[in-house]
Amino acid sequence: MSETQPKVFDNVPSPFCGIASDDLKITVEGLDVRVVANADTVTRPGFEQPITDTVPRIAGQPATLEQAVARAASLVNDAHLPVFSGFGTDVNETRAALSLIDRCRGVFDQARSGAGLRNLLVLSDSGWMTTTLAEVKNRVDVLVVFGADLEAAFPRFFERFIWVEETLFGAGTGQREIIFIGSAPPPSSAATSPDGREPTLIPCVTEALPQVAAALSALAGGQYLQAASVGGVAVAALQAVVDRLKAASYGVITWAAGQLDFDHAELTVQQLCKAVVALNRATRCAGLPLGGQDGDRTASQVAAWISGYPTRVSYARGFPEYDPFHNDAGKLLSSGEADVLVWVSSLSVTPPPVSGVPTVVIGRSGMCFEREPEVFIPVGVPGIDFAGHMYRCDNVVALPLYQLRESDLPRAADVLKAIERALGGS
Amino acid sequence: MLTKLTGGKVYDPAHGINGEVRDIYVRDGRIVAHHQADGVRPDQEFDCRGKVIMAGAIDMHTHIGGGKVTIARNLLPEDHRNDPVARSGPMRAGTGFAAPSTLTAGYRYAEMGYTAGFEPAVLPINARQAHMEMADTPMLDVGGYAMLGSDDFFLRLIASGAEQEIINDYVAWTIHSSQCIGIKVVNPGGISAFKFNQRKLDLDEDHCYYQVTPRKILQSLARAVHELGVPHPLHVHGCNLGVPGNLDTTLNTITGIEGLPMHLTHIQFHSYGTEGDRKFSSGAAQIAEAINRNPNITADVGQILFGQTVTASGDSMMQFANHAHAHPHKWVCMDIECDAGCGVVPFKYKDQNFVNALQWCIGLEIFLLVEDPWRIFLTTDHPNGAPFTTYPHLIRLLMDKSFRNDVLSTINADSAALSTLASIGREYSLYEIAIMTRAGAARILGLHDRGHLGAGAAADITVYTEQDDKEAMFTTPDYVFKDGELVVKNGEVIKVVWGNLHTIRPEFDRASIESRLKPYFDRYHTLKMDNFIIRDWEIEDDGRSKIMVHPCRGQA
Repeated sequence: MSETQPKVFDNVPSPFCGIASDDLKITVEGLDVRVVANADTVTRPGFEQPITDTVPRIAGQPATLEQAVARAASLVNDAHLPVFSGFGTDVNETRAALSLIDRCRGVFDQARSGAGLRNLLVLSDSGWMTTTLAEVKNRVDVLVVFGADLEAAFPRFFERFIWVEETLFGAGTGQREIIFIGSAPPPSSAATSPDGREPTLIPCVTEALPQVAAALSALAGGQYLQAASVGGVAVAALQAVVDRLKAASYGVITWAAGQLDFDHAELTVQQLCKAVVALNRATRCAGLPLGGQDGDRTASQVAAWISGYPTRVSYARGFPEYDPFHNDAGKLLSSGEADVLVWVSSLSVTPPPVSGVPTVVIGRSGMCFEREPEVFIPVGVPGIDFAGHMYRCDNVVALPLYQLRESDLPRAADVLKAIERALGGS
Repeated sequence: MLTKLTGGKVYDPAHGINGEVRDIYVRDGRIVAHHQADGVRPDQEFDCRGKVIMAGAIDMHTHIGGGKVTIARNLLPEDHRNDPVARSGPMRAGTGFAAPSTLTAGYRYAEMGYTAGFEPAVLPINARQAHMEMADTPMLDVGGYAMLGSDDFFLRLIASGAEQEIINDYVAWTIHSSQCIGIKVVNPGGISAFKFNQRKLDLDEDHCYYQVTPRKILQSLARAVHELGVPHPLHVHGCNLGVPGNLDTTLNTITGIEGLPMHLTHIQFHSYGTEGDRKFSSGAAQIAEAINRNPNITADVGQILFGQTVTASGDSMMQFANHAHAHPHKWVCMDIECDAGCGVVPFKYKDQNFVNALQWCIGLEIFLLVEDPWRIFLTTDHPNGAPFTTYPHLIRLLMDKSFRNDVLSTINADSAALSTLASIGREYSLYEIAIMTRAGAARILGLHDRGHLGAGAAADITVYTEQDDKEAMFTTPDYVFKDGELVVKNGEVIKVVWGNLHTIRPEFDRASIESRLKPYFDRYHTLKMDNFIIRDWEIEDDGRSKIMVHPCRGQA
């Protein structure tokens, strides 16, 4: 075998998509990574993003890792309120970040927490009944997709969980019913069954989704609605959805909080969750909150067990405080309350927002900046350059991530620990 | 380095030592025999005259890690908001209370003299999370019991009449893959049945899809655990949790296991009768009698104590049934991955509430009526009956009859009148407390080098000042040593250490069971079998936890 022979890896888990496909086939030749089987529009760029920068920079000038760490530590040390954001990270990287945040009295917030909070606020206000992907794969007979373009964010959802060849309980998946409430699925959508059955579509504009969710919830709870239509949708059509879910053995209502991009979308999610609970009086039904791209769920899970809170945690007073509104990194930066931004993102090359404060970036090699940060330390990717762990959208399954290639890029966890060590005693 | 603990009153039930004044020597994290230390000048000496010395305490059933604990954390930010914990000395910041952050949980356990805790409900599919959270719980050695009995692979085996040998291989494979030390079953078959919309499943009732009974599931799992030589008996959360009249189910569960070793967990929640005007009564006497009569049975109590807490359980069927009692009114139920489920329901136990007050009595009655302290364990099923921080209070209730009767006089009068508690004179001794919380717990888990103070044992040691007020005594130990290092002084953590993970590795035919499991994962699961198995590097690579493998019966 020649040295240039690419290495081949099977059953590789993807840290980039919230549904964590773990059946990818990947080849690696030198630093070049290719997804050669089961790729999609999320996992391919996630894995194939080439390494560009390998040398840290301070104010745009090349620096050693030690110099960059020292500069980052001094910025953090001098800051009144350093805010840490980004968090496309794995478990160990999030652990290391939280340790540093605790030490320097910073704020923890993820770039995607706005979307995550649409679910978390419901969880902490009323709770919910939910399910996970393997239950959906084996049990669902009616799937209601509420206000989501699932395939944009989770391109393989229907292939992996709905139109599967067989299920544990013998029911053919050919009979599964898909109901979209919202926009139509894209043309040639995988939501169409293999034998050509189109999903049922109840068209609804985004602005009307809150009302329609409330109507669904009321109907599921057995209320009578006097109106003939809600938000432009016939109540009779919604009643038909409820009747179908009542007759189902295992109905599932799914949404992608990241796509419910309007004010107080948590109230819409809450109505869906209320509908699910009401349906469980007589049959089984479950919610499936989809999300978790780029490690978003991972960071939230780790924060929850280490600090007690899932996101937007401030250690400014020496102990963790949760404020889902105030501790918003964007808000703290624009108000001037935060005076340093530390952007930690090993999975995604999404750069930090441009802000007026000194910025430290511990970021995936390949990240490009509109404005050069004060410190940039390019790092490797968990699941490509070294092993790690990530959480799937259902918050239950954590997958191991494996090293696929040999690069000299440092790990974000080690960089964060080095910064903490440089800050000295407690 | 040689450390000497001089002149303490030693309670070491594993060696029959009951309050004798002795010196204890520690070298390289282990206790050494006197003859090995004779003539050597100790590098460090602790004057323990007038103090009580026990091994570090072991909580054999405490929900300290895993998905449902973090769901509880996310469900109840107010639980934490009321108990912020600032960074202090070597300790990082965190939050208490019923579902504390992992760091705070570890510190608080150590500050009460505990050096080990075992997570009893590790869903195999969620085992990675349980291990991650336990790894982030400092000060404590940890371990987990893998949950089986409602997973579809197992139910399909049972329903198809698979031979016991195949079941044994699957059970052993699950213990290996999830890096656990025992097997637990929760509402046998019931979590699965709930997914098929079955709302109740009694011991001899058929699961509506698989047509198997909980009795059959229990027998098959208990036999597997026994035949594999797993030290810890099958850990059973029975049918009908919390249902008045479940006393009979529990008694039938005991006889139904046909002499195999079985541990009945949080038995207080399974000891309810239906007598009286309100059709809710204590079954403690009958349950205790059954335990006394059947030496194959052990139990932990799952005592409730009054106040706000949160119940986190794998028993989605019963948690859904009880959700109307949620306080505050919010709750979570989940169906999980054709593997199990969970339910998280916050609860406020009130001393003036008839049912809650009687639950309090029932737990204490069981503690006091079970004769053999080696077969009953001190738990609150943290946080389900109460947070673990209430243990010193619970110990006082057991050791101090007048204190117990004082509290009894303040609770709901109807409950107090129905309970026999006032007439029970027993007071636990320090020796018996040491059995329940140390020696017995180590023995039931097969931890040969923990829970005692003999030569060769790990030097997990707690030193208390003897006081009449046992709550005060057990709240604030003078010293706690973890693997020979002084980690707590006067009830405060002075050094942060990371514990070990205790596991077992029963022998089994891997090739045979994986030839069934691999295609099963490919066809029905959403991850590959190879990605399901937790490898040693995942536990050990960050340099904190070490895996300690204990022998099964018959293994060298």
